[in-house]
Order: sequence, then structure tokens, then C-alpha cells
Amino acid sequence: MEDIKDIVLEYVKEEYLEDEDEELTYETPLISGGIVDSFSMVSLKRFLETKYSISIPDEKATPEAFDSVSKIAVLVREIAG
Amino acid sequence: MSFSDKIREQYQDQLRQIQDAGIFKQERFIHSSQAADIEVEFPEGSSLQRVINMCSNNYLGLSSHPDVLKAAHEGLDHRGYGMSSVRFICGTQDIHHELERKVTEFLGTEATILFPSCMDANTGVFEAVLTDQDVMISDRLVHASIIDGIRLAPAQHDTFKHSNMDHLEKKLQLHVDKRFKLVITDGVFSMDGDTAKLAEMADLCEKYDAMLFLDDSHSSGFIGKTGRGTHERCGVMGRVDIITTTFGKALGGASGGCVSGRKEIVELCRQKARPYLFSNTIAPVVVSGVLKVLEILSQSTERRDKLEKNAEFWRRGLTEAGFVLKEGDTPIVPVMLFNAKLSQDISRDLYTEGIYAIGFFFPVVPQGQARIRTQISAGHEQHHLEKALEAFIKVGKKYDILGKTKQEIIAQYGM
Ligand SMILES: Cc1ncc(COP(=O)(O)O)c(C=O)c1O
Repeated sequence: MEDIKDIVLEYVKEEYLEDEDEELTYETPLISGGIVDSFSMVSLKRFLETKYSISIPDEKATPEAFDSVSKIAVLVREIAG
Repeated sequence: MSFSDKIREQYQDQLRQIQDAGIFKQERFIHSSQAADIEVEFPEGSSLQRVINMCSNNYLGLSSHPDVLKAAHEGLDHRGYGMSSVRFICGTQDIHHELERKVTEFLGTEATILFPSCMDANTGVFEAVLTDQDVMISDRLVHASIIDGIRLAPAQHDTFKHSNMDHLEKKLQLHVDKRFKLVITDGVFSMDGDTAKLAEMADLCEKYDAMLFLDDSHSSGFIGKTGRGTHERCGVMGRVDIITTTFGKALGGASGGCVSGRKEIVELCRQKARPYLFSNTIAPVVVSGVLKVLEILSQSTERRDKLEKNAEFWRRGLTEAGFVLKEGDTPIVPVMLFNAKLSQDISRDLYTEGIYAIGFFFPVVPQGQARIRTQISAGHEQHHLEKALEAFIKVGKKYDILGKTKQEIIAQYGM
């Protein structure tokens, strides 16, 4: 299985970066770094839910849990079980 | 006593954090009417300084126009001061109804409903007309009041990259299965001064069977040949389903807003929109003033034409002086400084030179995009603009940023 991190990284690049050559790593702060505003996070959440057939409860979909590709991968693994 | 020391300390802590972050907002007291020349007390307790206002939304210079004042006085005399009621109990006068008709005519829509403010219009409209079967697809840079409105609505929500039509189209495809799709944008974006690609958006909406929502607060009265707004300018009059706008900027600048558009949507707002149902509407004095404003603007385009010339002069002057500007052709002209502290320092020095213009930085604008947002008015005369330009050049020289590129300014001052 392709690593979750790479899939999420690709999605974040396409969905949020204006210029897809911009540097983005697994650890780049997404929300606190101003790349993804907490309001636009919905599309990322929906993407994860569809892609991995999971449902992320609102209390887990926090700006902190979504703040980097690595953290998102942890969250997805935890929920997908 | 329930406001214990512990609670007080926590709040004080929170306030200190805001101060430490350098984003504590402080008011400046203006001792005159709103105009190009104002008298300001800042900081509190200091003597009054006469400055040129370069940061108000008084785009058409109507906030203190003698005819508007006269109409407001007459409104006060004939319709009183307050209504002491919400609209649907006993808070609707003939002039409220008249203003709704006049706004409909001015914007070229089917119907209009007044709200206490455009903030209220934006927070009320989505909840009133959408359900959980529907989706709202908004530009990522829409105004905060729209964001609040979206949060209050039961419909699903998605966003597209600022003014990126390919991305919008992808989102429309993604949400084909929804009952209603509503595409949401500002007309002129208040922080950057750029204009929505409304013609392309209207085409996409038609192609994907979506409705189109426009907040024209920074356009109504002056964008488009006869000042009707972004829809006039982009040639899509009649193709925007919902327009919200404010009377608190170009249209007299007092207060109030509206939802204007398809008559069923407006009627549903009258039945269901909470800020309309549960808050007093615009006071008679203000209604009378706005009626006069619309009359002035319907008779002549003189003021918006002057505004356009002023803005052109200002933009050209700053460009030739060597400032980095955000591209655009509206009266909102952001002077880019990138570094937050630099924007504060330059704003302060401009003030000393008699120019009132405010620095904006994160989180109001994205990180590393600090700026001084200047806003031009038809109330500015040539001498105001020349003096302001002189001051900008003097301060620009002091900080050695004239003729420098974005990269050079960032190299010198950091992000
Ligand atoms: C785009 C936009 N919409 C709505 C508003 C709110 O307008 P009002 O002052 O009428 O609540 C503003 C004002 O800041 C605005 O810039």
C-alpha cells in the first residue's frame, strides 16, 4: 500500500498550494503555518474520509491533529484501526 | 461576587498574550465628521492632529455629504428616531419598503430585504435558504462575515483557491450529487483590492446548475460604468442569484445591509433569517440618508468617475515612485511591505507626516504579506493625493524601499 503520508502530501499540494513547486514536507506546519486555514480544512477531512472509508469525529478533527502530514497520517491510522 | 480574581487573571493573561503577539488593536478617536481631512486624537489624551484619511471605506465621499445630511435630518423629523421593534412586529415603515424597492432597482435584481448590517445579512442568509442536502462552495478569501454565515448553515461546505476557476470547476464536479450548489465570492476583495472573475463564475454556475452568491460591499456604488457593482462591470447583471451589500461603506457609510436577488430567496429570508427576525432594522434616519445616496448615484456617475480618476492617479504615482503594489484597478491600493514591523513603522511615520493609513499583517492577511492598505475616495482632491504621495515617498526613502523588488525588501527586513 502506498504510504498514507505520500497520498496526503500530494493532496495537500494540489488542494492548498498556489504554486505546486512550493516546498512541502511531512512536517511542514499546515494550519499554524498558514498553508491551510482551519476553515478550508473541510475538504482535507472529506478527502481522508472518502479515501480511507473512515469517519473522523469532529472532536478529533482539530487544527492540532491536522497540523502536518505526519500528524494526519497518525490520525488516519488510529481511526482506521 | 462571581467575577473572581481567578477569572479576572485568566482574562488579563489572554489580553497580555494578544499584546505580546503585537496584534492588540487600539482605537484612534476622530473628533470630526468622516472626510478626507480628519482630526485625530492618538494616542489617547494627546492633542488633536489634522491628517488626511487614506484608509476609510468612504469611497464616494458621501459620508458627510450635505444633501445626505439634509435628507437624514428630514427623516428624523418625519419618521422619528427609533422603531423600538423588529420589522415583522411594528418596525417597518413605508421608507423601509421604499428603500428595498430602490435597492432592487439600483442593483438590477428581483427583490431586496434590509438587514441591520451586511454582517447580519451574511450570517443570516445561508441558514435561511439552504439545507443539509446542499453545498456551499466559497472562495478562500471571502470576508469573515461570510465565514460565520457558512458556519451557521446546515449545508455542507467546501472552498476553492482564491479566484482559481479550474479549482472551482473541480469542486463543482465533486459536488454534482448535491441538491443545491451555491458558489460564494466577494466582488472586490477588501484586503487585496482585486476583482472576482464573475463572468467565468456565472458561466460555470450555469454549466453545473449552481447558484451564485456575491458580497459586493466593496463595490456597490462605484464599480461598473454606472456603479451598480461587480456584476455590472463583468456584464452579468441578472445572472447573480444572491447579492449582499452594505450601506456602511460607499453608500453613505452609516450602517445597514441587505440581501438582494431572486424573489423567492428574499422572501424566505423574510420568513426565516434570524438577524432579520430578531434584531431591529436600520433606523429611519439612516434609511432616509441611503435613499438620498441612491438618488444622487442614479442621477449622475460624476462621483464614481472622479473616484476612478483619483485611484488611477494614486496607483500610478506609487508605482512610479517605486513601491511594490498588489495589482488591481479598484480604489483599494495595497502597498506591500511583507514584514509586519515594517508596516507598523511606516504607518507610524506616515501619521507623523499627516497621513492616516494603517498597516495590516498576519492574521488579517497571510503570513509574510504585511502591507499598508490605502483606500481612495471621491472625497480626495488632487492636493490631498499629492500631499499623501509626497509623504509616502519621503517615508519610503527613509526605509530605503523605493525601487526595490519584493525579494530585496524581504532580504532587507525579513518576512
Ligand atoms: C466584504 C464585506 N462584507 C461585509 C462586511 C460587513 O458590513 P457591515 O459593516 O454592514 O456589517 C464588510 C465590512 O467590513 C465587508 O468588507
